[in-house]
Amino acid sequence: MKLNQKLKEYWHKLGSPRWFYEITTNWVTFFGIGALLLLVTGLVWGLAFAPADYQQGNSFRIMYVHVPAAMVAQSLYIGMGVAGFIGLVWRMKLTDVAIGACLPLGMVLTALALFTGGVWGKPTWGSWWEWDGRTVSTLVLLFLYIGIYALREAIPDLDLRARASALVCLVGTVNIPIIKYSVEWWNTLHQSASFSLTEKPAMPVEMWLPLLIMGLGFYCFAGHQVLSRMRLEVLTREANSRWVAEVMLSKGAPAAVMQPSTTDTTDHGKD
Amino acid sequence: MVGALLLREWKILLRARASVVNPLAFLLLSTLLFAIAAPQLVAEASQQASGILWVLVLFTQLLSLDAMFRRDYDSGTLEQSLIMADVPFVAVLIRIFVQWLGTGLVIVIATPVIGPLLGLSWSAVPGTMLALLLGTPALSLLGSIGAGITVGFSRGGIILALLVLPLFLPVLIFGTDIVNAAGAGLNYTAQAYWLALISLAALIVSPFAALAGLRISVEMQ
Repeated sequence: MKLNQKLKEYWHKLGSPRWFYEITTNWVTFFGIGALLLLVTGLVWGLAFAPADYQQGNSFRIMYVHVPAAMVAQSLYIGMGVAGFIGLVWRMKLTDVAIGACLPLGMVLTALALFTGGVWGKPTWGSWWEWDGRTVSTLVLLFLYIGIYALREAIPDLDLRARASALVCLVGTVNIPIIKYSVEWWNTLHQSASFSLTEKPAMPVEMWLPLLIMGLGFYCFAGHQVLSRMRLEVLTREANSRWVAEVMLSKGAPAAVMQPSTTDTTDHGKD
Repeated sequence: MVGALLLREWKILLRARASVVNPLAFLLLSTLLFAIAAPQLVAEASQQASGILWVLVLFTQLLSLDAMFRRDYDSGTLEQSLIMADVPFVAVLIRIFVQWLGTGLVIVIATPVIGPLLGLSWSAVPGTMLALLLGTPALSLLGSIGAGITVGFSRGGIILALLVLPLFLPVLIFGTDIVNAAGAGLNYTAQAYWLALISLAALIVSPFAALAGLRISVEMQ
């Protein structure tokens, strides 16, 4: 009962931009340090110390960037879908900030996954690009990201933009498994997933442990990036409020920063 | 209520014949373009016919999607019908259904002409018609979501395509597979069930999502 109430309180507080800003101050540092440590460890281990593959030689090492990038790119899209659902049901403003923060990072990571996939494909499959099932579904993911990006650019009104992109994120997330499975059924050349929750990895431990570390590092990096972007956006949107002024003054911001922003926070109205 | 709405949309469809003739003309015209640009692709009993036909169907659908809500949105009828209707999603569903009558069903009927023009073998025509009959409802339904959200934009065409085409992908995959199987004389029951499943799932989800999108667009006005 007590836990129940605590969770409920936490849930309601999460809707408050100010509370969000305050509580995430430590999280950003935590994720930032975590990302730095894990990524450096994982990269050095994976690139220098992990054994070379008996068939692919050293070219397999791009896996340590390719796999985490693809994983995080998908997770971010699903995260946007969850945020969209919460935003549509509970009308939390913060969820739109979250969608806006996940979007650019997810887009870049999807592009990175495609690029590193090409670099890996050249020595392994013999070509930069193959219309293989998982390559295509990743490309579709990129287009889903671009679609939401274009939609957000087209709607100036903050509230309407939030509702429209929440809806599209939700629809896209429902469709991701359908697209993924139908495309995989269509054509598959790609090796199967490196990690699964239910089975032991097919790789030896010296190979997959650095991959796991890189994966966690990418997730920490994404957490750091998304939270930092969200915090900046919260400050911009709440620029006229007293608590932002207090935060800025406590950081010793010059008076010029204190001018209320007239560009981003104003409601563009409904012409 | 439902009957009146259906009758209204049906009359509009009959009176504004462009909404039936234009997609068909577009489909024929692009068939002609293919015949000129790549005659070897549309030669008789061509292996490429299934793919070309389905892509053309997708584009035809995409182009006619914008008109699904446009007229009623501009005149304010749509806003009224969303406010007045007892069950607003029925008002949306009827528009989707009538759009499908004017595009999807017409394409199905035109297949015996357009298919062979694209080099489809005669034996594959019945299978192709079945595939289109099962697949085009999903295109209209899924497309209505994008059409609902973008109807408020003055130039929403490219955004509509970006939002909607990825959702069309499963239909394209199973649809072309049926046509290929029919051409090769293979059994395509499984793929037909899959297409039907996609259309039914889209029927459950899409009207609600399209309604939510239309509500946003109405506020944009």
